[in-house]
Amino acid sequence: MNLSPKTLAAYAAILVCGIVAPFLFPNYTFQLAMLWIMILFALTWDTMGGQMGYNSLGNIFFFGAGMYICAVVQIAWAGYDVAEYTAHFGAVKIEVTYAQYYGGLMVGLILAALGCVLFAIVFGHIVFGLRGPYFAIGTLGVALAAGELVGTWDYVGGGGGITVPFYPGEPDARSLLYYFLCFPLAIATFSFLKWLYSTRFGLAINAIRDDEEKAEGMGIHTLRYKTIAWASSAFFLGISGGIFGNMVGFVEPLEVAFPTVTFGIFMVVMALLGGKGTLWGPVLGATVFHIIKETTWTYMLGWQWVALGALIIINIVFFQQGILGWAQEKWPERFGIKVEGDDSGREAG
Amino acid sequence: MLDNLLILTAVPVLNVQLLLDGLFIGAIFALAAYGLALVWGVMNVKNLAQGDFVMMGGYIAFVMSKMGIHPIFGLPVAIVLMFAFGWIVYRLIISRVIGRDMFTSLLATFGLAILLQQVLNLIFGPEVQTAESGFEIRSILGGMVTVADIKFISFLLTAVLAAIVVTFMKFSRMGQAIRATAQDARAAKVMGIDTDRVYAFTYALNAAICGAAGVLIAMIWVLQPFFGLAYSIRCFVIVTAAGLGNLPGVIMAGLGLGAFEQFGGFILGAEFQQAIVVGMLVLVLLIRQFQQGRQRQAVV
Amino acid sequence: MFKLFKSTALLLSSTAVLVLGLAGPAQAKVEGDTIILGSAISFTGKYSTNGIHASNGYNLAVKRINESGGIRVGGKSYKFKVKYYDDESTPARGAQLAERLIKQDGIKYMLGPYSSGLTKAVAPVTAKYKVPMVEAEGASRSLFTQGNKYIFAVLSTSEQYLASAIALAAEIAKKNGKKPQDVRVAMAFENDPFSLDVRAGVVDDVSKYGMKIVIDDKLPRDLADMSATLTKVKALKPDLLVVSGHSKGAATAARQIKEMQIDTPMIAMTHCEAAKIITKFGAATNGFLCPTQWAETLSYKDSLFGSAADFDRLFKATYDGYKNVPYQAAQAAAAVMVWKDAFERANSFDTEKVREALTKTDMRTFYGNIRFSDAGNNIAKPMVLRQIQDGTLNVVAPSNWASHKVEHPRMVNY
Repeated sequence: MNLSPKTLAAYAAILVCGIVAPFLFPNYTFQLAMLWIMILFALTWDTMGGQMGYNSLGNIFFFGAGMYICAVVQIAWAGYDVAEYTAHFGAVKIEVTYAQYYGGLMVGLILAALGCVLFAIVFGHIVFGLRGPYFAIGTLGVALAAGELVGTWDYVGGGGGITVPFYPGEPDARSLLYYFLCFPLAIATFSFLKWLYSTRFGLAINAIRDDEEKAEGMGIHTLRYKTIAWASSAFFLGISGGIFGNMVGFVEPLEVAFPTVTFGIFMVVMALLGGKGTLWGPVLGATVFHIIKETTWTYMLGWQWVALGALIIINIVFFQQGILGWAQEKWPERFGIKVEGDDSGREAG
Repeated sequence: MLDNLLILTAVPVLNVQLLLDGLFIGAIFALAAYGLALVWGVMNVKNLAQGDFVMMGGYIAFVMSKMGIHPIFGLPVAIVLMFAFGWIVYRLIISRVIGRDMFTSLLATFGLAILLQQVLNLIFGPEVQTAESGFEIRSILGGMVTVADIKFISFLLTAVLAAIVVTFMKFSRMGQAIRATAQDARAAKVMGIDTDRVYAFTYALNAAICGAAGVLIAMIWVLQPFFGLAYSIRCFVIVTAAGLGNLPGVIMAGLGLGAFEQFGGFILGAEFQQAIVVGMLVLVLLIRQFQQGRQRQAVV
Repeated sequence: MFKLFKSTALLLSSTAVLVLGLAGPAQAKVEGDTIILGSAISFTGKYSTNGIHASNGYNLAVKRINESGGIRVGGKSYKFKVKYYDDESTPARGAQLAERLIKQDGIKYMLGPYSSGLTKAVAPVTAKYKVPMVEAEGASRSLFTQGNKYIFAVLSTSEQYLASAIALAAEIAKKNGKKPQDVRVAMAFENDPFSLDVRAGVVDDVSKYGMKIVIDDKLPRDLADMSATLTKVKALKPDLLVVSGHSKGAATAARQIKEMQIDTPMIAMTHCEAAKIITKFGAATNGFLCPTQWAETLSYKDSLFGSAADFDRLFKATYDGYKNVPYQAAQAAAAVMVWKDAFERANSFDTEKVREALTKTDMRTFYGNIRFSDAGNNIAKPMVLRQIQDGTLNVVAPSNWASHKVEHPRMVNY
């Protein structure tokens, strides 16, 4: 793909902003890191929901699975017996050196990514039999069941949760470390998806969205494409889960690892808000959502959740095209769209 | 797990207790699930706010018992109020998602579910609440089995309500119009049926049914603003297992799920009781998906 | 496609940074004559009832201290103020907000959140930033085994909640001519960090006496029904039934124990008061044993609030709608008193000096005596066990606090 110098400059500017941001605003590192995770959430959801027409309500499953895999690996890497450790409900304190910490984190994240890909392949073969809303309900069921079942699994601490080894250095260095894990991860996700959508693969999953039977008839091996799409979402979500578990430091099944009605639904809302089925829509939606959330959320004392519900309804009922879709309709020429319409994507989604 | 099975064989009378508890609560599940089957079948809306309607009904009973009125009188009140509420929700939201792709209705009702549970939480707080019936509790079979009269009464009420709804669907003008619309909305429209009104009525009726189920739940189990999702999932399990046009199926599946939960919780341990319900959802969806394609079916 | 976005993207990323950067100017730890304490606590979500009890406790103590001369440091009088955030009852949010309080609002002195799970998420963050936290609502033992030098808890740790109930069961067994080993225990605990920690304490105690656990069920957090567990209780007829699951668990258990006419001679459960089971389920709750961190009938006193009963009256007069003052509020108030005491003894605002002073705390308060172990938990105050007798809660154990004799077996007519 050819990027014009201007576009390149824009990308460079984002990169520079991303790199200097935590140094300009050192007190906001945590929230900035969360912004990148949110962008990743929206992007990976959109691969399935927007580009392929498979609206998953259970993508949070990979986030939680990655978090648990990474936590267990980190504890084992530090030389502790995981079952022994969880049996004491975190009463054992884990001491780690820098080498152990970085080693454990790295191996943990890699295994989290691979484990989630594996899960995606296995579950993919099961749930891709479900179409349309059944897929949404089925995936919601998978995520909810995962939270419940992990809660009964004593090896990982059950409902009592599991405490991740704490970064041995200074707190500011810790925040920076997580920031510089989240930021490149989000950039990598974006770049990967941008490349992916520009290939034949992008066309194939769009074809699945528009008419799966026809796509199959055209000789597209739909199950393979669907699985690859889900696995790539799972890959990035798994890593983000591993990082997030470390940012919180304490992993437990229902609220931190598999928060279906918070992060799980935020993913969908952010992608829809920005405009699903586009590359930049989810980024835009996530950014807007995160900023609004961080600036207003804590002052609304309970009404924020009512507002969230209302936002979902209004978004889906009245504004389904999202910010970007709306902008495309308003100024099609700025998007290089001829009037014969780019509407198909949204209608069929 | 094995010990628990041994207990059941050693004290077989406990099976009666578990079965009765399961059937009594299962009947209420079936009632709410019937409402879901109705909107699903007639207007092809998958209502994820189902469980939250149930909770709303429960809180109506709770408020009434706080005011010193016996919660059982909450039944007609909840039916009327929830019918009106359902009508309003239809006008504001559901009427705009009918005919759109199905994920739209699913997500819109999910948004509604979040909104409702949070409003309930703001009004009533997150604590568990109950509405006490104050009725007698009987012990039978040498005290090993207890049956609260309220459970028995609510079982009868459920049956009566179901009978009323079925009669209504069969014989009234509106019931016939609903069934006609479910069979073929376009043809019904051509024949002069105001389908929009039919949809509004159906959705409102569903809300009313849920409200009634909620009143009974409040007197048998407990209320909490965030419990709604569990009931929605149960409704989906039941409806998916039974199919849409199948009232006996809904009843059987409802009773079965209630009993299954009780025995599952007993044998595997209470920690699995919730997981069982969610696991059933995935399982039933998969089995169903392989069995049948997607098609609209008439209800009753 | 990119024509718009190179500009939009640039704009976005820079505004993102800017908006976040400008939101909320950082406050100093001491502004003028005000010392600012920070707390992320549950105003919304599943813990909000108790979160609000706790924040009411904080606020009442702050008000009382400010009205009665404030905090004397360096010959000058200071006032307290608490900066709150709502943690929405989730640990993920709690950890973020602790970070935000310390980094963005410049808070140097923390008050704890509600529940063990939330405290577990917040404590490592405050420790890393070397910000001392006095907490009143996190009882899990694991909080005090991490070598965390910056956590101080005024309440008794979770293994003590039901310890005296187990001891009582052993005592009664002996009195009836049986061995403690004959006692059969049924357990139903919610599957969450707090209750599982209480459970671990019970399991330790039970095995110490050689008692036998016959039922060990964990209740899911969103379970509306525990009849399956109670059916087992009917079959196995244990001598003691213990239940713990915050207010939700207590209410569900009390209702179904009534409905299934469970005749276990001894039933102990946490959070009886918070769940208001006496008013809700009446005579059926007679004989329940309820552990409490504090009771208004105890004979503790201090110069700020007066006696425990005085605190009880003042609290009820200040906040509407309380029939009983939950201990969650009392211990929160005590936490603020610990801060005042520490500032005055340190005579400084230096966090290290204040922390030093905190370690040497030795106070008598309306809530009980407070002295911290090296690990930071309060070792000077016992839990008491109350029994519901004719609709009132009477202290029955430990024996030096007992005002009434324990009724055994519990007297209840269904």
